[in-house]
Parts: sequence; C-alpha cells; structure tokens
Amino acid sequence: MGLESNLSQPFLATRLDEVINWGRKYSMWPMPFGTACCAIEFMGVVSGRFDVSRFGAELVRFSPRQADLLLVMGTITQKQAPVLKQIYDQMPNPKWVVSMGACASSGGFYDNYSVVQGIDEIIPVDVYVAGCPPRPENVLGAIVKIMEKISTEKAAEWR
Amino acid sequence: MTESDILTKVKARFGARVLAEYSFRGQSAVTVAPETLRELLVFLRDDVEIALDWLMDVGGVDYLGYPDDDDREWRFEVAYQLYSMKLNHRFRVKVGVRDDSVEVPSVWDLWAIANWEEREVYDMFGIRFAGHPNLRRILCHDEFVGHALRKDYPINKRQKLSQPSEIILCEKVEWA
Repeated sequence: MGLESNLSQPFLATRLDEVINWGRKYSMWPMPFGTACCAIEFMGVVSGRFDVSRFGAELVRFSPRQADLLLVMGTITQKQAPVLKQIYDQMPNPKWVVSMGACASSGGFYDNYSVVQGIDEIIPVDVYVAGCPPRPENVLGAIVKIMEKISTEKAAEWR
Repeated sequence: MTESDILTKVKARFGARVLAEYSFRGQSAVTVAPETLRELLVFLRDDVEIALDWLMDVGGVDYLGYPDDDDREWRFEVAYQLYSMKLNHRFRVKVGVRDDSVEVPSVWDLWAIANWEEREVYDMFGIRFAGHPNLRRILCHDEFVGHALRKDYPINKRQKLSQPSEIILCEKVEWA
C-alpha cells in the first residue's frame, strides 16, 4: 500500500498555477461585443453544429462585469471606441480579448474617416482571427489559442 | 402622371425660377434656388395630380473639382427624393448651394423625417438648414472637426473621441 492509505482523503499533488489555469481555461465566460456580421457568425459558434460549450465557453454574459473573455466582433467606429474601452475596463481580471474578423483587427476595407484601424489602438488583444467574416471553426480555434495562452500564465501575475 | 408630366407642370408654374432641369430614361429632376424650395415642395406635395407625399431621402453633393464643370454657379447641391405612395411615381428636386454661407430652408415641418435627414447632410457637408429645431451632428461624434464627405476632407483623416457621448433624450416635440 502507498502513502494515501495513511490519509483519510485521497489527494493529488500539483502546482497551484496548474490547478488555477486548468479551471480558468475550461470555464471562460465570453462577453460578445458584436457590431457587425461577425456577430451573426458567432451565433453559429454558440449553437448546436459548432457548439462552443465543448470548450466550456458557452456561458455568454451580456454584462462585462461577469465575463473574462471579450469577443470583439465587427467594425468599431471612432464614435464607439470609448464605449469599447469602457466595456474592457469594466471587466474584472483575469481577462482576455479576441479580435474577430478583418474590421476589428485592422479596420478591414473601411480605410476612412470613421473607423478605428484595429481595436489594438484602444485595448490589448490576445488573439486575432482573420476572415471576413471568419468561419465558426476559426473562432473555436481562437478560443483554443486563448486556452494555450492561459495554461502558460502565472496566476499571481493577475491582480 | 409620368415624371416628365410633372416636370412640365413644374416649369409652367415656376418658369424661370427653375434653374436647371434633367430628364433621362423616365427620371426627371429640377434644380431651384434655396428661396424657391419650400414653395416648390409644398406644391409637389399638395397638388392632387402630383401628390408626392413621401420624402424618401435628402442627400448632399459636393461638386468641388468635378470634371468639365467650370460654369456651375454653386459648389453644393441638396437633393430631395420624393415618392407618391398614392400614385406610384417619383420626382427629384435639387437645390444649388453656392457655399456654406448659404442656408437652405428646413422642410422638417412638411415631413418629420427631414429632421434627421437634414442633420445628416449638415454633418457630412456642413450645409446649414434655416429653421431646423436641432441642427447637430447625427453620425460623426461631437469632437469631430470638419465635414467628412466634402471633397477637400482628407480621405482617411481620422479623429479620436475622448469619452463616450452622452445619450441625449429628445424632448417631446409637437408635430405640426
């Protein structure tokens, strides 16, 4: 018999970061900031065929205060930029940002007076998704990328 | 009544006050000066044979640098697209605006939708509408300087907004 036979409860030995990151990456709560057609594509991501709940991120919150994954899906105008900044600031740490589609990532073909040329002018972005709009698989791919990023993080770095 | 019939009727009534006319493939339009505009629109709306009861759109045009166009006496035009829901025909009225010192009379009391349409023309071209109850920008943000669809606005000049706009609730308006 091993060591555990001397203890009343079974246990696992691991590192704190491993446990916390494991919990975080399989229970992301997305906040959809959908402003254009990419948000329509996101409906496909959430519903049955593609099913984002396979990755534990199906609990879509429409309050930034309850979310840790900001999905920016669509064109962000100069008029809306301070709103997006405020939404991001309202999210509690830890938090991650996915920029979905050409418009959110670079302004897309809206190289004009009214559109922000990529949301990284306003807020930090973890994963960019290419496409106009991207396929649902690409969004799932971005969520997997975020998971990979989370698993390399140190829990104490977030405050 | 076809659009060219409307054109004939307008010319018979307004004579030399019709500054320019246009007819192509069944579409017709007249250009008038700002001081004639309201009288013409009221005529087109209230005449029983014409009955253009719906103002579909108000748009602006900037002719700065327009090719082969040196003899045009105005830089801007405001175009009113009219439609008759009763008789199913259309007509277009344009106003020549020499520069942004000229005010165009507002028609928001004739069609309530003109309130927002004129704000859009003001926002994009800087054309002011006399008698408008609330001539503020409608699309660009409040810190925006200049007018984005003018031909001399730099094509990709962007202007940042420092904070979210206040949501302003409209006061109750008594429609005429």
